[in-house]
Amino acid sequence: MTLTAHGKMQLYGALLLLPAAVLLAAFAYLPTIMTVINSLFLPGFRGEPAEFVGVENYQVLFDDPTFWQVARNNLLYALGTIPTSIALALGMALFVNGKLPGRGFVRMAYFTPTILPMIAAANIWMFFYAPQIGLFNSLLETLGFSGVNWLGDPSVALGSVIIMSVWKEAGFFMIFYLAALQSIPPELKEASDLEGTGRWSFFWRVTFPLLMPTTLFVLINSLINAVRVVDHLFILTKGGPNNATNLLLYYVYENAFSFFDRTTAATITVVILLVLAVVATLKFTILDRRTHYQ
Amino acid sequence: MRARIPFALFALSALTAGLLSAGQAAANDPVELTMYYPVAVGGALTDVVDDLVDEFESEHPDIDVEAIYAGNYDDTRVRAMSAMEAGDTPQLSVMFSIDLYELLEQDAIVAFDDLVESDEEREWLDSFYPGLMENGQLDGKTYGIPFQRSTIVLFWNKDAFEAAGLDPETPPENWEQMAEMAATVREASDGEQWGVMVPSTGYPYWMFQAFAFQNGHRLMSEDGTEVYFDDPAAIEALEYWVSLATEHDAMPDDTIEWGTLRQNFIEESTAMMWHTTGNLSAVRSEADFDFGVAMLPMKAQRGSPTGGGNFYIFKDAPEKEQRAAMTFIRWMTAPERAAAWSIETGYMGVSPAAYETEALRDYIADFAPAAVARDQLEHSTAELSTYQGGRVRRALDNAVQAALTGQMTAEEALSQAQQEAEGVLRRYAR
Repeated sequence: MTLTAHGKMQLYGALLLLPAAVLLAAFAYLPTIMTVINSLFLPGFRGEPAEFVGVENYQVLFDDPTFWQVARNNLLYALGTIPTSIALALGMALFVNGKLPGRGFVRMAYFTPTILPMIAAANIWMFFYAPQIGLFNSLLETLGFSGVNWLGDPSVALGSVIIMSVWKEAGFFMIFYLAALQSIPPELKEASDLEGTGRWSFFWRVTFPLLMPTTLFVLINSLINAVRVVDHLFILTKGGPNNATNLLLYYVYENAFSFFDRTTAATITVVILLVLAVVATLKFTILDRRTHYQ
Repeated sequence: MRARIPFALFALSALTAGLLSAGQAAANDPVELTMYYPVAVGGALTDVVDDLVDEFESEHPDIDVEAIYAGNYDDTRVRAMSAMEAGDTPQLSVMFSIDLYELLEQDAIVAFDDLVESDEEREWLDSFYPGLMENGQLDGKTYGIPFQRSTIVLFWNKDAFEAAGLDPETPPENWEQMAEMAATVREASDGEQWGVMVPSTGYPYWMFQAFAFQNGHRLMSEDGTEVYFDDPAAIEALEYWVSLATEHDAMPDDTIEWGTLRQNFIEESTAMMWHTTGNLSAVRSEADFDFGVAMLPMKAQRGSPTGGGNFYIFKDAPEKEQRAAMTFIRWMTAPERAAAWSIETGYMGVSPAAYETEALRDYIADFAPAAVARDQLEHSTAELSTYQGGRVRRALDNAVQAALTGQMTAEEALSQAQQEAEGVLRRYAR
């Protein structure tokens, strides 16, 4: 059998795609399909075969108040981390993009949290937050305030986790903004100076719109990070006290590996996937159209 | 495209070579064992384990042990179970002593009774403290061999006691005394120092179990199918714990972190702490004040649950490897090694014979606190362990934290936990 030139090219293309396709299938599509299937069955008890129950697992999940508490926590976490870390990143980038002494050092200082491994950072912060011996309470006490039990009081614990995440993320996003700022042609600034544009309107009319693609990228990333946070919780709170800081992915982990309840874990995973799919669709249909690419 | 063919050939030949050498390995190389183990306290325990493994290998050239540190107890179980699901089961592991029901439910482990052959081996199986065997046995069979085992003990700061006008040599005997002494320290220090801290993150159920048992109450049935969280004795126990903060102002409000508590004690921000005896050697080397270690205070009786990790052998391993794993476990738990391990860490010597070794006898003569955990063993109870243990413990953890942070009363919190646990355990309680 011989192939035409066109056929050969097609085969060649298909072969080039093959590694990526195999990896995607093995690590994305197959697990997703398995997860959906698992979420529709009740596992067998002591060797009995698994039983098909349809959407019953979802009904049980939606009746579980802990799930709703965890979902609410995660929403608060996203609202607390995403706008703050983006605004902070933009502010820091504008700051270190200007002329200031020791600029390289300041840039490095802002970026340091990003290169620390999460687990190490969380361990350091656990001691920052420690009520009697921790850094924050020592500072508060020298200022004459009484200390706060940052991680042990259910009303502030989630806030404490959020603060640490913002610290960790802002420096990372700053790098993207800094790169974007430096790719803005200086002629724009020169032209607007000639026209006598104020700094403030130059930022809103020129800089900020040109940063939109970066903002979109950072937004998507921070959204993903808000859903996949699990490592801080291991060290800082283990989801406690009384589920006050439990977030979705940690709840999945708990169900799968602490409770050996793969079914519930699969069910929650499918729910998360659906929500993320909706968000992704919104991104492609609305935000992308409003974003100006150079 | 031709350039790729030699690569494919190369890959193929490498693969065949690999297979061949693997085949040879099975024929005449030593038995290879993989073991996961956790570390739940501070200190360089991985070095201690590595040294022990090296020593074992030099004495047993026919057995190769790869000991892999896998995080805390939960992480270790996750690693071992995922390895099992991936078809790469380890032969043995150290896991939580209370993982027994779940490991059995997953059909993961074998009973040591089915592995022992000689009388000598049977004797070894009977050589441990019965109190430490409780969590490892079910239906008359032994599945877990004690290794890094502990009880909760009371550490107290003698200097702080003296400064508060208390007798530095007398730790509290009972609940009232502990509350009083703690409040006294707090007052004498002008609010600079807390009286007592009991950790309520990490393993809240464990600490609560100690309070409940001291009040004469056991939280679960022997077969792990029922729990009794909302019993009046349990409620009273949780109320007492809460009252240390609310009524006596002797303990901070809200939860107290397991991981930083030892540092709190070492920096003298609390005069007493409840913690695992596994911290003993670390406290000894870090504290620059005089401290003592005592059994926990009593109410109706003395008491502490046992805790810590056991050796398990996995079912999927071939019999030859299981036997080799048992040889290793026997070596690791022999009196001299148990004594050395206890001295290095503060964990208990797991058998009476360990305390009869010269090393441990001399050590205790020099440093009496090292014997407290053993002495407390006769007042101990099995650690909370049931079917669906993760979920049941989590329900109790949440209840304890809800009560300590003032979200619920002790009674509300415990009856909610009881309901949750009963729901989970329904299908086992037949």
